[in-house]
Amino acid sequence: MRYSILSVIANAIAGQTLWRPAWRDAEPKPAYDVVIVGGGGHGLATAHYLAKEHGIRNVAVVERGWIGSGNAGRNTTIIRSNYGLPGNIPFYEWSMKLWEGMERELNYNTMVSQRGVLNLYHSDAQRDAYARRGNAMRLHGVDAELLDLDQVRALLPLADFDNARFPIQGGLLQRRGGTARHDGVVWGYARAADQQGVDIIQNAEVTGFLREGGQEGGKITGVETTRGAIRAGKVGLSVAGSSSRVAALASLRLPIESHVLQAFVSEGIKPLVPGVVTFGAGHFYISQSDKGGLVFGGDIDGYNSYAQRGNLPTVEDVCEGGMALMPSIGRLRVLRSWGGVVDMSMDGSPIIDRAPIPGLYLNTGWCYGGFKATPAAGWCFAHLIARDEPHPVAAAYRLDRFATGHLIDEKGVGAQPNLH
Amino acid sequence: MRKGSAPSRTCTDMRIPCPYCGTRDAHEFGYLGDATTRRPDGGDPFDQVHIRDNPAGPHEELWYHGAGCRRWLVVSRDTRTHAITGARFAKEPA
Repeated sequence: MRYSILSVIANAIAGQTLWRPAWRDAEPKPAYDVVIVGGGGHGLATAHYLAKEHGIRNVAVVERGWIGSGNAGRNTTIIRSNYGLPGNIPFYEWSMKLWEGMERELNYNTMVSQRGVLNLYHSDAQRDAYARRGNAMRLHGVDAELLDLDQVRALLPLADFDNARFPIQGGLLQRRGGTARHDGVVWGYARAADQQGVDIIQNAEVTGFLREGGQEGGKITGVETTRGAIRAGKVGLSVAGSSSRVAALASLRLPIESHVLQAFVSEGIKPLVPGVVTFGAGHFYISQSDKGGLVFGGDIDGYNSYAQRGNLPTVEDVCEGGMALMPSIGRLRVLRSWGGVVDMSMDGSPIIDRAPIPGLYLNTGWCYGGFKATPAAGWCFAHLIARDEPHPVAAAYRLDRFATGHLIDEKGVGAQPNLH
Repeated sequence: MRKGSAPSRTCTDMRIPCPYCGTRDAHEFGYLGDATTRRPDGGDPFDQVHIRDNPAGPHEELWYHGAGCRRWLVVSRDTRTHAITGARFAKEPA
């Protein structure tokens, strides 16, 4: 069913009885051209673009739990393309362009809201660094504006402008940035992929790989799952948080550590935060959901974790950042906090590349920034799988860059994953 | 209290038993990651710098007691539950 004003009216008359499930909960077939492991936003977007852009429709997405149950359902829904390095800017800007056309493309309300992303600066040196990043963005055709103090005051009147240690001097604003509805993105891609013939197979955990000739080191010819073996011409891994565990099933070790990142939401209030705001003197970011809750987060906990929950010192640290930025939010109660397991790579940037094993493809290392990349990661991973060559805007995300020295280290902290 | 659950799942408060200072909150420590990597003799240190086993389960890892004795420790911790089962000085043999 195509969603439109007519489908809404028809269902209003029919007592909401005409709606059909948005996608099929498919049974696994014995073989597919391509199997994507991981039914998050990235995996489902990859399946969608394999079908739509490359005509490869005999595709399965294999998911251990239910779709969107990992980081796609645990992020803070921020979309932006305000990066500073050549390998990153074109990729994230392509992602932003796909966000801008997503609802029309998918015929699904993903609630993309370009309410702006504002990075605050608190010193002359930070202003210069932001100006440089803004200029790099504009040279690549990305929108960026450097705001002075009065312009920030007009946008965010309740921030602590007179903080003695970290006075706000201004900010770098990307107006096209904002937020999107994370569950809507997952379901929108699932529905679009399903309509093109992709099978979405839930509750199927990958437990091993089928190898050519049954030999260690042979070409990957499929996956073993808890719902049986599935043969595949090509296998793509899109399993953020668990990349090392799944790769280990193919005896592959990755430049990745799994870490836990926490996020928080407050009780709902009237409009307070106009867009996404980041505190420049610590690691804290905040936006307001359409329900009115303040959604915020900060640093990862900082130690290897697969637990999907964090600890109190990080809760305290994040809330201190919030209090330094906007002391008035201290009167709000936190409703929920949760944790997601993220792939922290060794330079803070992702990997979209062929694995050194024939038939296996990797989409991994998204650190805590995978949500904004969802459409372009799917687009570029599909391109890589279909054509066996990297998409131009993702060509820098090579697995071998750690050996060749072509690192993409936005923060400049080196091979220390918990600092990125 | 959560009666009946396995001991490894109840110990999630992350206190590290420092051999010098006693049991202290993990907040006092800094983290450096996998303690089992070794720099090869004269070979290419690529794996040691960049590649990790990243196990889901028991993990030997380096923590620095910056707000305490300022010694480097090797802590044994389960990455699935955060349960800490031991700590020793990094200079001491395993």
